[in-house]
Amino acid sequence: MSELIRYEVDDQGIATITWDMQNSPMNVLNEGSIRAYADLVEKAIADDDVKGVVVTSARNEFIAGADLRELLRSSEQSAEELFGWIQNLQGLFRKQETGKKPFVAAINGTALGGGLELTLACHYRVAADNPKTKLGLPEVKLGLLPGGGGTQRLARLIGARASLPLMTEGKHLSPDKALETGVIHAVVPADELLSAAKQYILDGGSAKQPWDDRKFRVPDGGVQSPKGYETFIGGAAMLQKATWGVYPAPKAIMACVYHGLQLPIDQGLKVEARQFVKLARGQVAQNMIRTLFFSLNDANKLKRRPEDVPTQEYTKVGVLGAGMMGAGLAYSLAYSGVEVVLIDRDIESAERGKGYSEGLLKKRVKRGRMTEEAANEVLARITPTTDYGQLEGAQMVIEAVFEDRGIKATVTKKAEEVLGSSAIFASNTSTLPITGLAEASSRPANFIGLHFFSPVDKMPLVEIIVGEETSDETLARSMDLVKKIRKTPIVVNDSRGFYTSRVFATYVQEGIAMLSEGVNPALIDNAGRMAGMPVGPLALADEVSIELMYKIAKQTKADLGDDYVEHPATVVGTKMVEELERIGKKAGAGFYEYPEDAKKHLWSGLAEHFPLADEQPAVEDVQQRLLHIQGIEAARCYEENVVTEPADADVGSIMGWGFCPQHGGVLSYIQTVGVREFVQQCDELAKAHGERFAPPALLRDMAEKGEQFYD
Amino acid sequence: MTEAFIYDAVRTPRGKGKKTGSLHEVSPIHLVTTTLDAVRERNELDTSIVDDVVLGCVEPVMDQGSNIARVAAIAANYDERVAGVQINRFCASGLEACNMAAAQVMSGQSDMVIGGGVESMSRVPMMSSGGAWAADPEVSIPSFFVPQGVSADLIATKWGYSRTDLDGYAVESQNRAKHAWDNGYFDKSVVPVKDLNGLTILDRDEHMRPGTSVDDLGKLNPSFEMQAKMAGFDRVALMKYPELERIEFFHHAGNSSGIVDGAAAVLIGNKEAGERANLKPRARIRSFAVVGSEPTIMLTGPSFAAEKALKRAGMTRADIDLWELNEAFAAVVLRFMDVLEVPHDKINVNGGAIAMGHPLGATGAMILGTALDELERRDLSTSLVTLCVGAGMGIATIIERV
Repeated sequence: MSELIRYEVDDQGIATITWDMQNSPMNVLNEGSIRAYADLVEKAIADDDVKGVVVTSARNEFIAGADLRELLRSSEQSAEELFGWIQNLQGLFRKQETGKKPFVAAINGTALGGGLELTLACHYRVAADNPKTKLGLPEVKLGLLPGGGGTQRLARLIGARASLPLMTEGKHLSPDKALETGVIHAVVPADELLSAAKQYILDGGSAKQPWDDRKFRVPDGGVQSPKGYETFIGGAAMLQKATWGVYPAPKAIMACVYHGLQLPIDQGLKVEARQFVKLARGQVAQNMIRTLFFSLNDANKLKRRPEDVPTQEYTKVGVLGAGMMGAGLAYSLAYSGVEVVLIDRDIESAERGKGYSEGLLKKRVKRGRMTEEAANEVLARITPTTDYGQLEGAQMVIEAVFEDRGIKATVTKKAEEVLGSSAIFASNTSTLPITGLAEASSRPANFIGLHFFSPVDKMPLVEIIVGEETSDETLARSMDLVKKIRKTPIVVNDSRGFYTSRVFATYVQEGIAMLSEGVNPALIDNAGRMAGMPVGPLALADEVSIELMYKIAKQTKADLGDDYVEHPATVVGTKMVEELERIGKKAGAGFYEYPEDAKKHLWSGLAEHFPLADEQPAVEDVQQRLLHIQGIEAARCYEENVVTEPADADVGSIMGWGFCPQHGGVLSYIQTVGVREFVQQCDELAKAHGERFAPPALLRDMAEKGEQFYD
Repeated sequence: MTEAFIYDAVRTPRGKGKKTGSLHEVSPIHLVTTTLDAVRERNELDTSIVDDVVLGCVEPVMDQGSNIARVAAIAANYDERVAGVQINRFCASGLEACNMAAAQVMSGQSDMVIGGGVESMSRVPMMSSGGAWAADPEVSIPSFFVPQGVSADLIATKWGYSRTDLDGYAVESQNRAKHAWDNGYFDKSVVPVKDLNGLTILDRDEHMRPGTSVDDLGKLNPSFEMQAKMAGFDRVALMKYPELERIEFFHHAGNSSGIVDGAAAVLIGNKEAGERANLKPRARIRSFAVVGSEPTIMLTGPSFAAEKALKRAGMTRADIDLWELNEAFAAVVLRFMDVLEVPHDKINVNGGAIAMGHPLGATGAMILGTALDELERRDLSTSLVTLCVGAGMGIATIIERV
């Protein structure tokens, strides 16, 4: 009857509504499907021959969620319009659960967001025992809240304490876990799903929701019960602890549950709708949806892959250097089904590199995430060796040897002697320009930079660096590898530090510069966290090693000669390395102390060597410096064509170094501040703290013309 | 402006605020009527001249609910024309009640008013009355709510008071309280709590631990650390005070105020009413003030309130003979002494709530009486009484003997 949703009534008087959106990659709630569904709900309720209704899907998923493309436009809607829209959806679900006919959700596959909310407005939820099914309300991850009654129904179903983490963290549940938590009523074999659903109706199952019963009590005590009260007092603090107060959505979710649970459901839904409108029209949700949904999906789908190059299949890849990076690479490749030749100078090192995978796989087996058999298969794909001859037949070799041009040149030549003519040679350098490294190659068109992040098995980003000679074909085939190992690529052009290292470094350096000015080190690192960065700049300096930054600065100075401009942080780094011998975390001594039996803490000697200034800046000013300097450097990269798409810059910043997701990435941050305001603020910062804050001409130009990175 | 005089001040002894405490069997109403009876009997008071009873109570629910002040006046057989009102300014409620009583007199709208307070912490535990500040996420999150104990530890961390500093102060509180009790300094004001047969239930503050040493206290575990770290209140405090790397958890049961049961009443009136009732005024109320201050650190209000009350009275710090600051937490007093440069031998000279306990709604009225007794004993003139108050408030009252 519709290309979106089917409707049929069987001879037992059971109507089945089957979601099957023909022209959409997945079943989603959008204007069209909601309208179609609403018509069917009304039709079923009005039809005297219909006893009850089963809602299911003919696709792999049940319903994947709401169409974010529509939501991304919600900032353009007035608050009244959006409030009306969300109340309309809430009204539909309310009609469904109060129509005096049993509605049963037959959950065949994943039901997320609005999809799960639809099932929560059913009187009975039965799921197929499909382990791939994900059930959850993940709206918070995109800065939103479940606005289709999710906060009200889930909290009434399982109580505040159990429901809050599911919504504020956006956790997914498997059907078994959802059953255990009380989110669904039953799990049955997939082929019995529809019959189990119908049986509920045939057995005269209730058509009244628990919360519509006069005797309803919120499970686990209401908000004002001692336990409920405690839940909200502690819950708010836990939220702050987890997020440093950066995100508005989890706070709003908590407010919906706190107030909503003290009200009849219809009033609670209004509370939820108001909070939803505020979030959906807010900048954070817009930023997160744009970058973490659309731009990220585009990147994962290889939107920037040069067309007309056949997809490269990967069966064998060589990894040169079995250190931390090489070992992680070997794991990620082997885990994705690729045979790996892991080469190091001596066999012990190579085997130690393979041992890293063994450790990770054992953990997975122990946690029940993998069978022993599957783990052994993965491990068997890694061949540790010293013999370059084993690289024969590899489609790609990735070098992860020491950051030294000479060593890199040697291994390049050795590998190319064995490799077939079409094989790609990729360098996993984080700093050395690719075009220069490619000079050691006999076929620079096949030479590319693949900058992985450590630890490789956890970090999702790969920065692909296109050298001057790198061919489109090499780029396309390299992107295929990134997709193969389920990572996210961004594509950048060659430059010192490329994109991610270059911008990321400014954050760390700015923090260190402030230390040299006498800013309280605790304030510096707390400000970083409160701004939304995952780690404070001084703690991060310790992690990446103060010594490494010191060496890079030295190398840069040697390379640039008269063009070199010394950053105030370099003085501190030099002092820390040369004089104080505190080179970072791996040595157990940096800006922090690392006691064996206690948490790390700031080194008490900092006060002596970098005495506190009498006047301390406000935390907001520290935050501004730490974020603006990154924005400026990213804009410079864009200006210099190092990064060519704002989406790449934004995705790379969040996935690469964890730049404030609430701002949608580093260029989105500039847009969030406002380009014109950002330029003005940078001019002021430059006056106060030096030329490194001078905004690039590109930004000045954009400000004048009123342009933005995104429309 | 009419002057307000203190004619009498009484208090119950303080019982341990738990199920095994001596006053747990005593209802909050009985605690109040003990003090109201004493005020009437000691002063041979015709209660019909009392306009109002103003009582502080921080958890005004259950047995303390429903305007305990009026109900207590009825239960104590006061003249039926005596009104009653219960007020809540958290830990300052008892002093606030006295200030409000004084304000009624000063404004000329009442002649004689009883101010006081009550808290049976064993019967109606803290947090019983709920409230939005701690629980409503729309309030607690943006205002960086942390429990009071964390605030006290925040003060110690921010101004560098060590565990030994705090414990040393606590030991001195115990020593002073014992000395005061041993020498009868509290006899004038403490009224024993008796049963319906006239048998004494309690006649001494039973929370005290005389002879406690710094070493003894050193063995106690911090009280607020586990809860703070589990829930993340230390992070919340750091977000408000990002110049700190971490919160040091130094407060514990031995250097924080004790949880106790008790009540107090202070008879306040104008000159004419006192003369009519044949009473001799003991002190005049020179000024009083309340302030709000930063709510996360919460407990630094007393110095601001003290300065405001001094200014209002046209006085300086040097004009105050004795200081009385409720010992909610040791760090609160140490900070106050540092800010106002008050020497230790002029403040809390007979100990305080660390030794004897802090019955939330009553304490302010209790220490007002304690200060007055001590002025008389030493034949000094002026005292400033102050308390730190939940949600960042502070209160101060200056009295002067007549």
